[in-house]
Amino acid sequence: MVISVASGKGGTGKTLVATSLALSLEDQDNVQLLDCDVEEPNDYIFLKPSFTRREAVVILAPKVDAEKCTYCGKCAEACHWNAIAVIKEKVLMFPELCHGCGVCAYVCPEDAISEEEREIGVVELGQSGGVQFAQGTLAVGEPLSPAVIRKVKECSDREGIVIIDASPGTSCPVVEAIRDSDFCLLVTEPTPFGLSDLCLAVEVVKKLQIPCGVVINRVGVGDEKVESYCHEQGIPILLKIPLDRRIATLYSKGIPLVEGMPEWREVFSKLFRDIKEMSVAGQVAK
Amino acid sequence: MKEVVILSGKGGTGKTSIVASFAALAQNKVLADCDVDAADLYLLVEPEVKKSEEFWSGQVASIDKEKCTECGLCQEKCHFGAIRDYTVDEVSCEGCGLCSRVCPVDAITIKPSITGYWFISDTRYGTLVHAKLGIGEENSGKLVTIVRNNAKLVAEERKLGYIISDGPPGIGCPVIASLSGASLALLVTEPTLSGIHDLERVLALCRHFGIPPVVCINKYDINEENSYRIEDYCHKEGVEVAAKVPFDNVVTEALVHCLPVVEYSSNGVALQIKELWQIILAKLDNHGGRDANL
Repeated sequence: MVISVASGKGGTGKTLVATSLALSLEDQDNVQLLDCDVEEPNDYIFLKPSFTRREAVVILAPKVDAEKCTYCGKCAEACHWNAIAVIKEKVLMFPELCHGCGVCAYVCPEDAISEEEREIGVVELGQSGGVQFAQGTLAVGEPLSPAVIRKVKECSDREGIVIIDASPGTSCPVVEAIRDSDFCLLVTEPTPFGLSDLCLAVEVVKKLQIPCGVVINRVGVGDEKVESYCHEQGIPILLKIPLDRRIATLYSKGIPLVEGMPEWREVFSKLFRDIKEMSVAGQVAK
Repeated sequence: MKEVVILSGKGGTGKTSIVASFAALAQNKVLADCDVDAADLYLLVEPEVKKSEEFWSGQVASIDKEKCTECGLCQEKCHFGAIRDYTVDEVSCEGCGLCSRVCPVDAITIKPSITGYWFISDTRYGTLVHAKLGIGEENSGKLVTIVRNNAKLVAEERKLGYIISDGPPGIGCPVIASLSGASLALLVTEPTLSGIHDLERVLALCRHFGIPPVVCINKYDINEENSYRIEDYCHKEGVEVAAKVPFDNVVTEALVHCLPVVEYSSNGVALQIKELWQIILAKLDNHGGRDANL
């Protein structure tokens, strides 16, 4: 079973929820946590895993042979991302725009463009207690997070329990992280920002046809509009986490919630059981 | 013209609350919301849309089954593994067009579509350029570039000296598009281990693109020990910590009332943000402050 944790708005508590859920299940067989927030992976801070494997994520980036190049400009014309410019007798490459698609090499009439592997990130695998852990890290200055996310997800074992921590937002990295999930937990906060971004996140999971439920974090400050929205839309609110300075302090120190306040372990185990039940019921309904 | 872009790496550290306050404090400026896939600034500045434009981008390949001979060349050549069983996976497809070029029977076309909109709006704080990327769409970087270019055009037209840009979280494609060529980056962080880790990465990104950074520690009193660590780290890196803003529920209260915190309250948070804006302004104006290069 694959459960992804997403949010729309950043900083609502995805990492808190994903790590707490994984750690509360560590007594079960085959539990995985995959940190797919590859631009800013943070789960490792809480799980403190020992990494045993490291795999580079590479794309094929173009390289121009100046001897062969006639500066015809066909490569620049064909590039979908304006990552190559030909100005008089000079070819300018903008690696931060290049997606590594290979069109430039294909269209070059002089065969002057070769493709070389460029490392754009890394996937690391390890273990933390009873949880198998994998994370992707996008190299600084590289734009292509989906390629790294795909590589992290190759580690997933759908026979077991897979928890996926996604990045904030609603665009391609989020879609890449949560697609093919059996269930998506949407973490939000009871503020106008939280609500606005929750609405967007709900549209994403609907488009991908993934069943979802909501976790409201920092309940106590803010307003009631997130709850009203969930009731109107018929989206279950599966958990409310109060605004509690103790929780914030544990988080700031990198201490997992279920370790610092063990009473939360059962809360998250129950959250998992609820999701599982809903998921089974959903399959029966289908 | 000078542009300050507000970034954070980690989401939810308070970027938008600070930008909205800057909007209320600054004169002679254009606002740009570069968080095109989860934009929130509009909630605090209530834009009245004056101009709305389509964003054409999301190109995906489409295979004509009638023409396709199932030779498999497209699947073999695609660098993204986006074609399987002679069918295009629209999520993986980047729209580069390699498949349509290699197809020997011309069975593949690349179809552009509208994947978002961008707007120029009036607000009570001046002009806002903003956008909305379609749900789950790609190319947010391109849309960010359109937003920034139009903010620059508006600033030139109306002879405004500053652009204040609210950036997206992370360090990937839309963040790179928000940052490159800016005069100054304000990095808003929080004293959590996650916040510190993410600050280090966004700081490295500023270095990579040669943009001068300054740091603001938000909610600094949540963990003062970590705040000292951040100050220590910034000192070593030669980066100025321009403000330490205390944690206060008043920030959330202001948000619930859809007001910038400097207009909702005059307490410590508001004072710190006012001082921060003066520091930013001085940095943008001093002789070393460079013009935005968009």
